[in-house]
This record gives sequence, C-alpha cells and structure tokens, in this order.
Amino acid sequence: MSENSFAASPGQTIGPFFHYALPYEGGGQLVPPAAPGSVFLHGTVFDGAGEPVPDALVEIRQADPHGHVPRREGSLHRDGHFTGWGRAATNASGRYLFTTLTPGPVHGGAAFFGITLFARGLLDRLFTRAYLPGESDAFTRSLTDAERSTLQIEADAEGGLRFDIHLQGPGETVFLTFPRHAA
Amino acid sequence: MPTSLPGHGAGTALELEPQEQLSAEIAAAQENVHPGARQPRIDFPAYRSSVLRHPTKDLRHADPEGVELVAPVFGHGDVDPIESDLTIQGDGEPIGERMVLAGRVVDGDGRPVRHQLVEIWQANAAGRYVHKHDQHPAPVDPHFTGVGRCLTDADGAYRFVTIKPGPYPWRNHLKAWRPAHIHFSLFGTEFTQRLITQMYFPGDPLFALDPIYQSITEPGARDRLVAVYDHGLTTHEWATGYRWDIVLTGTHSTPREPEDHE
Repeated sequence: MSENSFAASPGQTIGPFFHYALPYEGGGQLVPPAAPGSVFLHGTVFDGAGEPVPDALVEIRQADPHGHVPRREGSLHRDGHFTGWGRAATNASGRYLFTTLTPGPVHGGAAFFGITLFARGLLDRLFTRAYLPGESDAFTRSLTDAERSTLQIEADAEGGLRFDIHLQGPGETVFLTFPRHAA
Repeated sequence: MPTSLPGHGAGTALELEPQEQLSAEIAAAQENVHPGARQPRIDFPAYRSSVLRHPTKDLRHADPEGVELVAPVFGHGDVDPIESDLTIQGDGEPIGERMVLAGRVVDGDGRPVRHQLVEIWQANAAGRYVHKHDQHPAPVDPHFTGVGRCLTDADGAYRFVTIKPGPYPWRNHLKAWRPAHIHFSLFGTEFTQRLITQMYFPGDPLFALDPIYQSITEPGARDRLVAVYDHGLTTHEWATGYRWDIVLTGTHSTPREPEDHE
C-alpha cells in the first residue's frame, strides 16, 4: 500500500464532557495510599493566564522502583497489581493526584514519569516528562536551565512529588514530540 | 478574555461573534496550509478555548526511551464484552438511529494494534451528553449513557453498537453547533502513540463552520476523521453501518520482533 494509506489520524480535543467516560475508580491510585513505598505525585495544570485548568486529564506511564516497566494486563482493573499506568482528571482547582511508587531508571537512563496531557481547549494531546529530583539525561542537558526546570519534580515538605504543568506563559512546560509524530 | 466555564465556552449571546467572523478567521488560518500537515494546529484561535491552552514554544524532539516505548497493557479482565454495545446499558432501548461502528487500528506501517483499549463517548440522538455540565435543553435519554469500551482483536479490529449522535450547540460563537461526532480514545503499541480524537459522519453541513474540525488545516487529513457509510455493515431492519479506520503514529521505523510469546 502507499505510504499515504497509513498517514496518521489527526488528534482532536478531549472536549468538556469526558468526565463520565474516561476517569475510572482508582484511576489515579497505581498503588493504595497505604502501600509500602507509596508516594503522592501531584500538581496543578495552569493555562496561559496562570489560571488552573479544571477540565484536563493527566495520564502517566512509569517503571517500578527497580526500573522494570510493567507489561501486565489490568490497567483499568489492577486487582492489586502495579501496572505502571494511571489516569487522573484535574479537579475544580486544576489539581491532579496520583498515588504511586517512585520509578527507577530504565536501562540506565534517567528516572522519569512519562506524561500525556489532554484538556478542553487543547486541540491535540501533549507529551512531557517529569524527572525525579536530581535526575538528568542527554535530553535535559540539551535544554536551557529554565526549560529544564519545567521538567523537574520538586520534593515537597510532606515527602510528595510535585509537578506542575504550564500550558503556556512564564514557565511554560517543555512538551515533546517523538520521531514520526511530525507531519 | 472570557473565563472558561463548564461547557465549551463563555459569554452571553450578545457578546458572541457571528459565524462570518469565525469563518473568516478559519479561512485566514488555512491560507498557508502545509501539505501533509496531519495534525490539528494547536494554536487555532477560532477555537476560542484554545487561546490560553496551547504551548507557544515548539515541541521538542525527543527519542522515546524506557517507559515511553511500552504502552499500558489491557486485557479481557479490564473490559466486559457488553461494554461495546451502548444500546443495552439501560433498562430499555435508547432513542435514535442504531448503528454498527467498526474499523481497524493500525500503526504508521499498517501493522495492527492488537488487544488495545478503545474508549468512546458521545452525545445521544438529541445531541445531549449525560454530563452534569451539559445544559443544552435537549432530552436526556434514560437508556443511553453514551460510553463504550472494547479491545481490538488480533487483527486490530474494533466494533461498537451505538446510537448515531446528534449535533449540539456550544458557545464558541453565535449559532455555533458541533458536527455530530464520537470521541475516541486510543492506545498504540507504545506510550508515544496515545491519541484522543473525534470521528465525524460523512456529508455533515457543519464541517465548514466548525473551528475544531477545521483546526486540521490540511483537507486530506481532515477527511481521515470522517467515517464512511458501509452497506456491508448495515443490517436488515436493525442498524446502519459505518466504518472508520485509525492510524496511530508509531515511533518504530523498522518492524518489531514478534511479541506474542507471553
């Protein structure tokens, strides 16, 4: 078949009415809050005016603490297993929250959470990475200090991991494109 | 700038701009179409809600690594087969045109995306969502939630039974109505292929007027979001049939090794 036969389907906004369809019970709890080693990964999604975005959806993909990426079924019904994937809608204050495990580095790379962001008003999904404090790699070293700081998780006073996402404006998060994403 | 209220937008009818203005903005944005631009232009102010919600800096090229190379895994324990039939979730028959919607999910090399989750959500036949923030004064159908899920099969095929959704108004501008559409959420074989999009119906007179659809400035790319009527899928005295195939951009430039050895 011609190359064009497999041209990518365009994305579209998630729109305003996804809340009854996509979020699911326990979607943000990759592990129960009381599980050994559990940590909160949380933050706020901001728009270009610095206002929180109350209708965004955040998904994470991560390794376990040993740097192993789970390939186990059960991402919607985890049944007590760690699957390394989670989904959380932002609340009325633009905040999202995951209860999870701290990821280890995969194959000697830097330790980060892969993140996908969707929102009403956002015409296509965005990818980014949330690096654990102190982690860097060739990609982050290619960025300016200001850019790099947008991908760094902050350890908060309660031992949680805080990662705010800025769609635009001062501190606009660095968003990623991967090979073959380009038109 | 109007603040973002629930629903698509803002403002009262008095302060909403007419379609002519929006259409002029759409036309201006599409004057410099880049052939082969397959994705929506995320900086597309005719879609008013996008103004403060798109990155202003270029996306940064990154090579996927680690977790980005592995999609989340779903299985039959995640999805009940009846979730693919949106017409049997209530205590009675939902109102509207019953339709069978089927297609395939493949990657950029045409390989099937096997055993992955497909999620859909949509308005009912009257153009109303069950969402509490949808205040469009059209009837809620007590027998229709508009939410469905299924897994693709070994050939990447999916199939839903549902009700054809109606168009609905939104407040992007004066007399703004969304073309009828079904939202699709898709996963590929790796995390970088994640996609949420909307499927439209052929011949919709609202296409030219809709800034969300028109944010895909390349006409051929827009066409890829439109399902085709498929008489082979249509059934006698029961449902019309539509087919829609989805291509997820894959990072892998060479075929992967067989992966079905677990």
